[in-house]
Amino acid sequence: MDFELSEEQRLLKDSVERLLADRYGFEARQGFLREPEGWSRALWQRYAELGLTGLPFAEAHGGFGGGPVEVMIVMEAFGRALALEPYLASVVLGGGAVRLGGSEAMRSAVLPGVAAGERKLAFAHAERQARYDLADVAATARRDGGGYVLDGAKSLVLHGDAADQLVVSARLTGAQRDAQGLGLFLVDAAAPGVTRRGYAMVDGLRAAEVTLANVRVDATAAIGEPGEAFRLIAQVVDQGIAALCAEAVGALAAMHELTVEYLRTRKQFGVPIGSFQVLQHRAAEMLIGVEQARSMAMLATMMAEEGDATERAKAIAAAKVQIGRSARAVGQAAIQLHGGIGMTMEYQVGHYFKRVTAIDTMFGDADHHLARLARMGGLIAA
Amino acid sequence: MDLRFTDEENAFREEVRAFMRTACPEPTRRKMIEGRRLAKEDMVGWQRILNAKGWAVPHWPVEWGGTGWSAVKQYIFREEMQATPAPEPLPFGVNMVGPVIATFGNEAQKKRFLPRIANLDDWWCQGFSEPGAGSDLASLKTSAKRDGDHYVVNGQKTWTTLAQYADWIFCLVRTDPAAKKQEGISFLLIDMKTPGITVRPIQTIDGGHEVNEVFLDEVRVPAENLVGQENKGWDYAKFLLGNERTGIARVGISKARVRRLKEIAALERIGDRALIEDERFAMKIAAVEVELKALEMTQLRVLADERTRKGKPDPRSSILKIKGSEIQQTISELLMEAVGPYALPDQVPHDDTERWNEPPIGPDWAGPQAPHYFNFRKVSIYGGSNEIQKNIIAKAILGL
Ligand SMILES: Cc1cc2nc3c(=O)[nH]c(=O)nc-3n(C[C@H](O)[C@H](O)[C@H](O)COP(=O)(O)OP(=O)(O)OC[C@H]3O[C@@H](n4cnc5c(N)ncnc54)[C@H](O)[C@@H]3O)c2cc1C
Ligand SMILES: Cc1cc2nc3c(=O)[nH]c(=O)nc-3n(C[C@H](O)[C@H](O)[C@H](O)COP(=O)(O)OP(=O)(O)OC[C@H]3O[C@@H](n4cnc5c(N)ncnc54)[C@H](O)[C@@H]3O)c2cc1C
Repeated sequence: MDFELSEEQRLLKDSVERLLADRYGFEARQGFLREPEGWSRALWQRYAELGLTGLPFAEAHGGFGGGPVEVMIVMEAFGRALALEPYLASVVLGGGAVRLGGSEAMRSAVLPGVAAGERKLAFAHAERQARYDLADVAATARRDGGGYVLDGAKSLVLHGDAADQLVVSARLTGAQRDAQGLGLFLVDAAAPGVTRRGYAMVDGLRAAEVTLANVRVDATAAIGEPGEAFRLIAQVVDQGIAALCAEAVGALAAMHELTVEYLRTRKQFGVPIGSFQVLQHRAAEMLIGVEQARSMAMLATMMAEEGDATERAKAIAAAKVQIGRSARAVGQAAIQLHGGIGMTMEYQVGHYFKRVTAIDTMFGDADHHLARLARMGGLIAA
Repeated sequence: MDLRFTDEENAFREEVRAFMRTACPEPTRRKMIEGRRLAKEDMVGWQRILNAKGWAVPHWPVEWGGTGWSAVKQYIFREEMQATPAPEPLPFGVNMVGPVIATFGNEAQKKRFLPRIANLDDWWCQGFSEPGAGSDLASLKTSAKRDGDHYVVNGQKTWTTLAQYADWIFCLVRTDPAAKKQEGISFLLIDMKTPGITVRPIQTIDGGHEVNEVFLDEVRVPAENLVGQENKGWDYAKFLLGNERTGIARVGISKARVRRLKEIAALERIGDRALIEDERFAMKIAAVEVELKALEMTQLRVLADERTRKGKPDPRSSILKIKGSEIQQTISELLMEAVGPYALPDQVPHDDTERWNEPPIGPDWAGPQAPHYFNFRKVSIYGGSNEIQKNIIAKAILGL
């Protein structure tokens, strides 16, 4: 039982936090939002130079052999900075699929570029009708000669507009909501038949609607065993959720600190509003929400690479429930305690609020994961 | 960062678990599972079993029976005891007055009282609260005037838990009425058999008798029963209350209650299914399990930091108290909801002897649930109410 970071992990944390403190202030971020891609190429370059984009990959693939704890450290710092770059999409999700499921040939062809920040991936799995059901895939993969032909539509592909390659899920066999029969394929974003409509989400991050019409890929584009990809998809999503939980904790903690600072400085009725007990109690409740979220993000981190898929799924679902609930409670209180200023685009707190609201929805909201956890029998054996 | 327990800690857990399961008397364990009230004999019997094993007072100094376990081992021990579920030792002796005597008492007091506390030869109760002094404890009025080698005590204590069984009461008394309110208080040990003490029962909303009023009228207490220095009692009380908050999260107990909830929800029917198959109810259970898991992790984080705090109380323990009590209350709500209409017959014995042998009305698991729900409103009131805990967080952590 040890919550301490190792020496290298502390160094990593310090260097990420220092970089973001120097370069990712609120004004700078407003500028990055206005860049053509909606994020900062310069910072992306710095992440690569610091080795962040290669963190989870093996050294043989240009990476640093880090694990979930290293990813947690980076994501928490990104949450605090409200970073906009395609880290989760490319390194954790797309890169995760290739790292966990790809052949050795694919890993050595793809991951060094991802680690260097030169090649960006995105995870094109969710579909409009699926809501949060990971098995609900209507896109199809038809065997054709030595390769496959992909057809279908993918929705809310995080940073899909910036990606060089997409990790696409498609169905080889079975009915639309069967877990059996799915494949994952690495598809060039520029391949004929791929169209993308990029847009900003409410939190400023970018996503794309992707359609695939008669898209041909080689047999070597398959990630893992075609038809058997569901386990891999679930694993990638669980690792993505663990990373998102850490990001949320960074944002929640920052939002809480901003609010407490505001309570100390804002005066009404001739006194700092932090002297009003009703606001003190809400600030205390916010802290509880942050700490409970932090605890569960740590649990998610610890369980992200757990081999027992059921135990992993339960812990990740539980963490996502806590994160979603804390996001609502802490976020809403942060706005309320700021009064009118909390409502404005010019002030940072609302941007945190929107990011944690988006995180609640991504990969299934609190209710979705609560229902899932209940179906799995909960955390405590009867 | 590695959130797993070490092999040694896991082996220790197995050892504790095996002991608890064989050593805790089955009738006592059944009462714990079913949420029925324990009799004095259950408590005394179990404490003596623990003491014979050398595990009665793990957190005490080793020379007085402590085990010298690490904070993590103490946590594991407590959790396994709660999960059995076995009764937790009566807190007033082993968690409250014991550590105060061990830390601030003189040698004679230590020799006289500590071994008898560890073996529950003396049943202690806590005489802090008064009708006019609840959250604002330092405003207490019960007075102690020096008269030769005695103090003469006059006043009233209230909410005194299980004073009806008590051999001794530790009291906060005012010895200097002229001083600032925290500075005129002393910590006195009083034999309940002393003339002038009257105990009057207070019935709580669940029908139970666990609290009392204690009246003190010209009670003569030997001066040797003063702990530490006169007028320094507030310091000792703060020390005591700080200890009280450790383990306040009650994670192990809540886990055992969730297990019971799932058992009952599997027995109760809704339409053509077991209640536990009902998605709405299953989600309510899962929701409290998530909160409980988060609390467990938070508790472990606070515990891990204890090593670096060197005995100073961690204000984050207020988070544990608030969340722990809310979770206990939520589980008590769900247990009552689970049994449905058979929560309603009022059939728990209103004292410890009356109506014990009557057959239950409705399923035998239903009877205790509504009283348990009513009774557990207390957990957010005592031990520093949840509002007071939020004041502590705002001040000590947030600096507001
Ligand atoms: C969308 C929008 C439209 C508006 N339109 C108009 C308009 O058309 N015309 C106009 O004149 N105004 C308008 N307002 C202003 C609005 O009336 C103020 O925002 C409101 O009075 C709160 O004041 P404040 O924002 O300065 O917050 P503050 O007064 O600084 O309050 C900050 C926080 O402290 C709390 N607080 C303050 N005092 C106490 C206390 N004594 N006890 C406990 N808690 C306290 C508040 O509840 C809040 O949570 C608008 C505001 C918004 C957000
Ligand atoms: C079942 C039970 C067993 C108990 N056992 C013992 C025992 O063995 N020995 C003993 O000495 N005492 C015991 N107590 C007493 C317990 O410690 C007190 O009930 C507690 O300190 C609260 O005091 P009070 O009941 O006078 O409520 P009050 O202090 O009058 O509080 C009433 C309400 O006001 C709130 N409040 C008070 N002050 C503030 C503030 N500054 N800010 C915000 N809100 C505030 C409280 O949270 C509460 O909601 C027991 C109580 C119960 C219910």
